[in-house]
Amino acid sequence: MAGENRSQLLCAENTNCAGCGMSLALNFIGDVLGRKMKMAIPACCGVVTPHSFPYSAYKVPVMAATFASSSVVASAIKAVQDMNGETGHVVAFAGDGGTFDIGMACLSGTAERNEDIIYVCYDNEVYGNTGAQRSSATPMGASTTTTPGGKAERKKDIVAIMAEHRVPYAATLSVSYPEDFMRKVKTASEIKGFKFLHILSPCIPNWKSEPSDTVKLGRLAVEAGVFPLYEIFNRSEYRITVKPEKLRPVSEYLALQKRFAKVPAETLALYQKDVTQNWERLLKLESVFPFLGK
Amino acid sequence: MKQELCTANYAGGWTFTVAGNANRKARGCGSGIYPITPQTEVVETVVALNEKGMLEKGRIFHVESEHSAMAACIGVSIEGARSFTATSSNGAAYMAENILCAALYRLPIVMQVVNRTLGPPWNIWAEQGDSLMFRDWGWIQIYCEDNQELVDHVLMSFFISENHKVLLPTMLCVDAFILSHTMMPTLLPTQEEADRYLPLLDLPHRLNPEKPVTVGGLTQPRVTASHRKDMERDLGNVFEVYTSAQDRFEEVFGRRPSDPIVGYKHEDAETLLITSSTISSTTRRVIDERRAKGEKVGMVRIKMLRPFPTESFVNMCKNAPKIGVLDRNTALGAPHGIAGIFAQEVIATLAFAGQKKFIQSYVVGIGGMDVTAPLIHEIIDELVCAETPGPSIWKGV
Repeated sequence: MAGENRSQLLCAENTNCAGCGMSLALNFIGDVLGRKMKMAIPACCGVVTPHSFPYSAYKVPVMAATFASSSVVASAIKAVQDMNGETGHVVAFAGDGGTFDIGMACLSGTAERNEDIIYVCYDNEVYGNTGAQRSSATPMGASTTTTPGGKAERKKDIVAIMAEHRVPYAATLSVSYPEDFMRKVKTASEIKGFKFLHILSPCIPNWKSEPSDTVKLGRLAVEAGVFPLYEIFNRSEYRITVKPEKLRPVSEYLALQKRFAKVPAETLALYQKDVTQNWERLLKLESVFPFLGK
Repeated sequence: MKQELCTANYAGGWTFTVAGNANRKARGCGSGIYPITPQTEVVETVVALNEKGMLEKGRIFHVESEHSAMAACIGVSIEGARSFTATSSNGAAYMAENILCAALYRLPIVMQVVNRTLGPPWNIWAEQGDSLMFRDWGWIQIYCEDNQELVDHVLMSFFISENHKVLLPTMLCVDAFILSHTMMPTLLPTQEEADRYLPLLDLPHRLNPEKPVTVGGLTQPRVTASHRKDMERDLGNVFEVYTSAQDRFEEVFGRRPSDPIVGYKHEDAETLLITSSTISSTTRRVIDERRAKGEKVGMVRIKMLRPFPTESFVNMCKNAPKIGVLDRNTALGAPHGIAGIFAQEVIATLAFAGQKKFIQSYVVGIGGMDVTAPLIHEIIDELVCAETPGPSIWKGV
């Protein structure tokens, strides 16, 4: 897909890996928002994507922000556009390190000010650019270079954290569900204020999976309830957008990724318990705080 | 300009506001703000004046840290609007990454740094270590002696930084409390005057969907080296643009701000004190007292530290055999125990220019200790008698 001219956002000469979830995410975003958008990208694979100056594989203007700063840089760009009566979305596009970890304070401030930007976290659950170190988005049991025996701690619930900032829109998106993905980007583009989009982005070298399995992994993550697809409006309306009849076992999802190769049975059991509980929690939230329509 | 009795912080906040608003016919202005003593009043002033409606096309970002305050300025600036902020001490240290980036992105941001001691141990008084951390990364640095000079340089800094031959940010440094919280009769520019003085900002590399580029992305080594060398070249352009800024200032306001290096009775001085910031005012008074007794003492004040005005500095020092450099800052562990940063600059500059001098470094006023007239007299007495220079002499400890 990245190799074809029909992409609104990426030229063929980008540096991304075959099977990169982030590439798919960028193309879907480009399809919805078009060429008028601008992006602020911190340190992450997305800032390596364009290749080196004077080339850029991005077809829109990009500000390479410092690691922690993409959200505030994006908001300042948007504010100046607004002052000058210019339209066009401004997207902060950051990985999980730039969102869950180093960018958290800045992100929290930007959300609290309800700045009119679309913040996209493409989450590959690891510091990918630096060669697979643990982040606070790395799931329990995953081996990384800094958790060679498997991570002991659980992953942060970033969407809950962001929704609790009382932002108008927070949602999860999967590159394996393009229609759902693009509808959510469109929804975000029509809401004024701070929008938070959390994308699960399979990462071949760091998940130690096959390039051909990227879409399959995205699907399994949703079907197993590891990465449910839902959206939260104004902290008060929940809607699960893809609802599997029955969750598949987490082990099916983990089996395709060698980063989970050495997960002990008891960790797997904990993982499964967590996923099931989280799914039930989400179902409850949806029934108590249902989507009331726009 | 209209005269008001005000602090440097108010004067800075006022002038940032009218200078920012002067860009309303272009892309406006914006500022990321975060409080830290003793700078806070600067950003409070900008907010208060904005509430009165003085920023017709501006946005203030009430961010959660200094790091984000500069990031907001960077976002404002790369989108083509005028940008400014203020910080101090550990706030500057926390902002550090984005301070470096502002220059590396070639953005003409202007920042007031109220020079305050870095901690721990915590100390809110004057010392220059905070701004001096950023001496070498492409920021223009001006060390102001009084509130008026700050006001004049806020205007001149936008003029200089935004010039296409420069496109580098400026740091305007004022001593904590000695200026930041001290009221002086100060001439403040009216909006109409700021409009007349300042050209509109036209940032050549602002984000443009018609010409999409990735600003600040990856570069290969040779491109990185060439980008850095361009910065060095364009810092060199500051001097001629500075002169234009003075000329224009004189046209609009009928008076001329001083040159980057300011001499005082230096031509025939046998003992010359090199100073910066407010220590210069006290030194000037001491020089008058010594001159009244027939002693040939003078002063050269380094107002602009970066880019360093080598030629005029060397020229002003050429006649004096004995030099004492007064530093309200420290560079620990430096060669020969020369712990004052300005002293290191002076020694290197004059040595390379082939001037053989007696140069003694004095570290004074650390942690905001007062640098009094008796102390400066004491330094002059020592200098007159001394035969060979040694490591920095630390005063007051």
